[in-house]
Amino acid sequence: MGAPPATGEYMLIVGGGKVGWNLARELIDKGHEVTLIESDRERYLTVEQELEHRVLYGDASELWVLERAGIARAGMVIAVTGDDEDNLLICQVAKDKYGVDRVIARVNNPRNRQHFELLGVKPYVSATDLILRLIEREVPRYGLVHLLDLADAKIEIIDLLIGPNAQVVGNRLDELNLPKGSLLISVMRDGTGFVPTPDTVLEAGDEVLAVLDPRVEEELTRYLGLEEGTIDRTPDA
Amino acid sequence: MLILIVGCGRVGSSVARTMLAEGHEVSCLDEDPDSHARLELGLDTSWEDAGGQFTVGTGLEIDALTTAGIERADVFVASTNGDNTNIVIAQIAQRRFRVETVIARILDPYRAEWYATQGLQTICPTRTAIEMLETSLREVAAGEEGGS
Repeated sequence: MGAPPATGEYMLIVGGGKVGWNLARELIDKGHEVTLIESDRERYLTVEQELEHRVLYGDASELWVLERAGIARAGMVIAVTGDDEDNLLICQVAKDKYGVDRVIARVNNPRNRQHFELLGVKPYVSATDLILRLIEREVPRYGLVHLLDLADAKIEIIDLLIGPNAQVVGNRLDELNLPKGSLLISVMRDGTGFVPTPDTVLEAGDEVLAVLDPRVEEELTRYLGLEEGTIDRTPDA
Repeated sequence: MLILIVGCGRVGSSVARTMLAEGHEVSCLDEDPDSHARLELGLDTSWEDAGGQFTVGTGLEIDALTTAGIERADVFVASTNGDNTNIVIAQIAQRRFRVETVIARILDPYRAEWYATQGLQTICPTRTAIEMLETSLREVAAGEEGGS
């Protein structure tokens, strides 16, 4: 491969499927030293034609395979196999046994997220969840989309649609009784966005971004009239 | 005492039958409905009539674990045919449901050893087989030396 010599940190990727292979290629291009571990012989031979010595054949669930791949000096381990239990345990031993600072795990079945949380394997990425979020963004059921959750920091940013019957329509921002711990940071109206001022008057159909403490989310959405049924954003309605 | 066994293969089913016969309450969980038949080998009655419980599902499904009675289990045995599954579900039993005794079957000796240091009670059949073989071979060798 014509990649530049590695100057970045050493990264281990487990799973040579579409995700792992493309990830390896991108990271190598960015100058990282990468080893990809693949346990299926045929797949290994395919990937090896391109990545050459950067692919290792073996089952990364076995500790000696991780050791042979040099996990002791890895700055990051990324487990993206199609098996959630493999991804979970590979990241767990990487952190707890080999002291790898950063791990990223792929979750194939969103129902298994709770197990990743339980065993302290974070962050995890679920393609299903990402696509669901995109769909939610396109077709919000309650006129509310979670844009960012910083669970540890106790703060989130949500995207809300002001419904036609919301009590806040026609009111200036400084007249509103927004729950303590919430702030409206932008308003999208007729395709353009602006940062609201105290004298901004909210209109039905406004899309607002709010930054808030997750504990007041329900209060805020109720206040802005976002209970189920009060908002209908389906195009044919 | 209630023993919950996840993985009703040759090992799990056999242990389940013995523990039931010894007077314990036994509940089995397996994703394969057909594994139920293995529980009744050598029994005159059905597993249920003998007092056992059987649930279809996997150890990763919280609902299935709850139906199988994990909340009041005294002992949790992870004996599916997959090391990874056993290690994950044993940790779920331990950390989420706080089951007092959790035992996991781990074939890989190296990992069995490491998880044992992490607070899991592990059984490693591979290690047992290695030790038995080594003992037998030593006995053979000693016999030859003695005879020569």
